[in-house]
Amino acid sequence: MIRLERVTKLYAGQKNPVVNELTLEIPAGEVCILLGPSGCGKTTTLKMINRLVAPTSGEIYVNGQNTREVDPIKLRLNIGYVIQEIGLFPHMTIAENIATVPREKKWPRDKIRACVHEMLRLVGLEPDLYSERKPATLSGGQRQRVGVARALAADPSILLMDEPFGAVDPITRSHLQNEFLRIQEKMRKTVVFVTHDIDEAIKMGDKIAVMREGKLVQYDSPEKLLSAPKDDFVEKLVGHNRTLKRLHLIQVKDVLHKETPVVKPESSLEDVARISSQSKIRAVFVVDQDRRLLGVIPSNKLNNWNGNEKAADVFEPLQNIIEAKATLNDALSVMLGAGEWYVAVLNNGSEFAGIVTLGGLLELVKEDAA
Amino acid sequence: MRLNKEWTKFSLPLFLLAGAGFLVIWYFVKNPGGAMAARILTYQHIGWLLAQHILMVLISSFMAIMTAVPLGIIVSRPRLRVAGVIIENTVNIAQTVPSIAVLALFFTFLGLGFSTAVFALWLYSLLPVLRNTYAGMKLVPAEIVEAAKGMGMSPRRVLTRIELPLAIPVIMAGIRTAVVINVGTATLATFIGAGGLGHLIVTGITVQRHELLFTGSVLSALLAIFCDHMLGGLESLVRPG
Repeated sequence: MIRLERVTKLYAGQKNPVVNELTLEIPAGEVCILLGPSGCGKTTTLKMINRLVAPTSGEIYVNGQNTREVDPIKLRLNIGYVIQEIGLFPHMTIAENIATVPREKKWPRDKIRACVHEMLRLVGLEPDLYSERKPATLSGGQRQRVGVARALAADPSILLMDEPFGAVDPITRSHLQNEFLRIQEKMRKTVVFVTHDIDEAIKMGDKIAVMREGKLVQYDSPEKLLSAPKDDFVEKLVGHNRTLKRLHLIQVKDVLHKETPVVKPESSLEDVARISSQSKIRAVFVVDQDRRLLGVIPSNKLNNWNGNEKAADVFEPLQNIIEAKATLNDALSVMLGAGEWYVAVLNNGSEFAGIVTLGGLLELVKEDAA
Repeated sequence: MRLNKEWTKFSLPLFLLAGAGFLVIWYFVKNPGGAMAARILTYQHIGWLLAQHILMVLISSFMAIMTAVPLGIIVSRPRLRVAGVIIENTVNIAQTVPSIAVLALFFTFLGLGFSTAVFALWLYSLLPVLRNTYAGMKLVPAEIVEAAKGMGMSPRRVLTRIELPLAIPVIMAGIRTAVVINVGTATLATFIGAGGLGHLIVTGITVQRHELLFTGSVLSALLAIFCDHMLGGLESLVRPG
């Protein structure tokens, strides 16, 4: 848990404080987004939590301890810190980068090694391929993953993230966000996340703290922020198409179509046609015994089947696939991109969970508006 | 295999340069071009002058590194920003003073001799090392230093594990410049009676024996290239990434 009490930061020689009487409580295990235009004091607030910046007045408590009273080095060793990818140490290998905090904590060598491997796997990088490479040989997205792995290495209960996904392209950013949410669901860290991107804030945050000129304007859940912006500033910040923004809030796994018709590859086309006729969905999905998605049979293919053909002979592969952790906004963009009326949803990258349809999405938006 | 190839690339020119040096010495000892020059151009005498020269460069460069690197690190600390700017400008101005003037200046205080020469060379080579150390430390991206601090490294650890490794190529380049300049400047040491290869050059000019002049200048040139190449190899060895 992190608690800020009337925290103010005034730099010498400046008239207006960067952060002004900020009071904020971040419950354990939640993701709190500090959102606001540049210069609103969000990064300064973040840096005051690990005392990279010393507050002019006010108190900050981390896990019940006043940060003024603990050794800043010890404080920081127990707080993960992620900044944009430029924060990786260019002269160290990926393994050495990730081992930074464990090394400072003087862990034994083999424990550090095991930790580095675990962290690399956690962020989806193959340890054997990446641990001995230098940051410069990685893509922006991979470097950012390493940044997250490095911050998580010593298993801190608190994570500070300063625009961590700001320097990558939108597609990679969306992937990294989804992966971070997956990790966060498991780890339940207390996260303070700085961004100026409202879409990112809505997607990632349990709570959003909107800041303006050093002051807290509104501190609410994303739903509340969208439905009841406190003033013109917040309303402008969240934008006009708020209904569309709410698509960021909902994960596809929560709005799956309930009865998606599924067949085995060895099913005869007669069976397939029968199953298809019982469903409102104009397609049948082919999965193997582990429920891995093999392909799809569009219903127009079922009009003239002959007795010998099996489902395995006629199914088509499909590209419009999405992870269960993705948001409806992601689903919509995949559908529009593929020109399809549905998107197939996979659990853990292979198991077929169901589909989300364009019709279902419209229903939801309609319900929402009502 | 790769290491072997790199090693050959590094060591072969050094052997060639040393070989060329011996060849030059051997040739002029055999062909001194006159009885007067023959008295000077002996293996023993050339060896003695060469040793003096190398010793002057070694001691002054070593002392310069030992003083300028720590000083450069100290003035690069954010707390000493003002001192850093002052030192940087002083160094840049001081660098424009001709080396012979530095020698002459100190000879008036410290008198003639080897140690005066070493002292002047030290002072003169302090400048490039100091400037490069300061620049190298300042070139380390602030974000990286902040990331290191934010993760809980102590200031000393940030310095030794992050800043110094990243600044070392620039520092090494400064050392390389300083040593090469030193080899050249040390030829002037003979004017204050400190010996060195300059002795051959100056005597060669005075008595108009180009054999002497040639031996001295070629040997000091070879020595400069030798040092440059050796430090260049060292530089690529410490380069991160």
